Amino acid sequence: MSETIIELNNVWKTYFMGNNEVNALQGISLKVKKGEFVAIMGPSGSGKSTAMNMIGCLDAPSKGEVYLSGKDIMNMTESNLAQVRGRKIGFIFQKFNLINTLTAKENVILPMIFQNMTKEERELRAYELLKLVDLTDRMNHRPNELSGGQQQRVAIARSLAMNPEVILADEPTGNLDSKSGSTVISFLKKLHKEKGTTIVMVTHDEHIAHNAERIEYIKDGKIEKIKFNNKIT
Amino acid sequence: MPTKLNQKIKEYFILATTNLFHRKLRSWLTMIGIFIGIAAVVSLISLGQGMKDAIFSQFSALGTDNIIIQAKQAMFGPPGSSTAAPLTKDDRDIIKKSHGVELVATRLIKAIQIDFEKKTFFRYAATFSDDNEARNFMIERFKFKIEKGRFMEIGEKNKIIIGQNYAKEPVLGRELRVGDKLSINKKEVEIVGILAKTGNPQFDNTFFLNEEALREILNLDDRIDIIIAKASNKDDIEQVVETIKKNLRNHRNVEKDKEDFEVQTSQQLISSLRTILTIVTAVLVGIAMISIIVGGVGITNTMYTAVLERTKEIGIMKAIGAKNSDILLIFLMESGLLGMVGGIIGVIFGIALSKTVEIIAANALGSELIKASFPPALIIGALLFSFLIGAISGTSPAIQAARLKPVDALNQE
Repeated sequence: MSETIIELNNVWKTYFMGNNEVNALQGISLKVKKGEFVAIMGPSGSGKSTAMNMIGCLDAPSKGEVYLSGKDIMNMTESNLAQVRGRKIGFIFQKFNLINTLTAKENVILPMIFQNMTKEERELRAYELLKLVDLTDRMNHRPNELSGGQQQRVAIARSLAMNPEVILADEPTGNLDSKSGSTVISFLKKLHKEKGTTIVMVTHDEHIAHNAERIEYIKDGKIEKIKFNNKIT
Repeated sequence: MPTKLNQKIKEYFILATTNLFHRKLRSWLTMIGIFIGIAAVVSLISLGQGMKDAIFSQFSALGTDNIIIQAKQAMFGPPGSSTAAPLTKDDRDIIKKSHGVELVATRLIKAIQIDFEKKTFFRYAATFSDDNEARNFMIERFKFKIEKGRFMEIGEKNKIIIGQNYAKEPVLGRELRVGDKLSINKKEVEIVGILAKTGNPQFDNTFFLNEEALREILNLDDRIDIIIAKASNKDDIEQVVETIKKNLRNHRNVEKDKEDFEVQTSQQLISSLRTILTIVTAVLVGIAMISIIVGGVGITNTMYTAVLERTKEIGIMKAIGAKNSDILLIFLMESGLLGMVGGIIGVIFGIALSKTVEIIAANALGSELIKASFPPALIIGALLFSFLIGAISGTSPAIQAARLKPVDALNQE
């Protein structure tokens, strides 16, 4: 039995919109183990983005517990949490979320700066990561000089900067054409297969979701069903 | 840990520079306030300091054993121009007889009308005593030297000598020469000598006459503008001042502390002039400070805008591991840099400005009183101050940025 990296235990998230209570999450429970490739699927408004924020420790639950490597995130200070987030989780967003003023390489280096990595280490690692996503020739380009697919590949390289325990991909193909989308997916699969990286991917696209080993269907803030995918190629 | 912090500060410095470069126009506009303020402060302080230095060196040439007696001034203007009860020859005699006074020199300083080659000018005239001992004392004290021609003889009525500038610049239409004739208040006089440059604009721009000659021309009674007394013993100077004060009070029939005259040593005169200059500089610098404060508010405004614009970026940085303190540091660095770069430009402009004033003053006014002085403390102080203003102005926006919740910041469009 491999170790559990992320655990959501009966997590509720309630928003107040004026006088209305909106329960985005209604007691969701979920476990991600080391080396897994999990997809979280659901229509818009199902609460999958909120769930993603919980898994990524970007938001705190209203009720219930979130454990990251066995530690309750509610007991951590903001700066502790940031430190943990930087080291253990790599984010890939639907809209790439690169810093526009920085080059591809600088974007990959940024998380390493926050973790006090030395300059030599950073340069070397950034080069290796950009090589991994086939972008060494675009290293010194800024995001607006790159195509969507290329930007998302930079984002993948950035998410791997600190060699995280888990990669959280939030609709990674949502803003891409199908060709770039499948390149991005193939990179994720390659990472999972060759490096054993744990991946949690949120998507509303059944086809994309089927790249994962396990699909958790979310509806109305709860896990509705779980499907195991044995035929991954 | 300190090395790590140093390294981080270096990284964030680069990051902040990148950000500022990305918004070039806005950064420049924001810096204008700071840079105008710093330029003004630097040039005002350097000119004020330079003026103080110049005055000090001028007056120290005067010696420290001199006592200067003037009637109290009712208004601004040259000495004696608007006094209620002027000093007179009687006062001079009283001072001369006071214990501890070695000798006494008197001076008149008057505005005169000069007609020269069909043009009329208004200038100042000063006098030499018609008393050999007193005259030599003054020539020695002020280090007067004749460049061309000669001094007036004692008792000579229609002869004058002129300050250097009248010979070097066409102040009266053309450069004046020895032998030129001009009229002072309709009375014709002849130039017999030109004074060597003293560096003191008052002397270099003045017409000199014998005291009795000027009295006659201007039809003056026996009033005197300034009396300079020399103490026989330098160490007793304070006591001599008191003696003169007491004797003058008795003679002029005024009570103590209600004197209508002033008795000062040259030392006191220097320090009171310095005080005046310090106050004037301080007031001007205070006004310039307003510009810096407005500049600071500009930085605050720019940084708030930056926080709003870059909320998403802050969210991203937090998601990939930036702590609140990292975000705070990045934004503080940016606003500090805005202040500092503004300060650097301001210092450069300030130096250029005061040098320009110095050159203009030297050329147009022939004045060496206006000299810019740049002590290193002024430059370093101005730079530190501008960085500080930037950082302080950016504190509140930076705190706002640091406190953003990652999830809220990320969802910002």
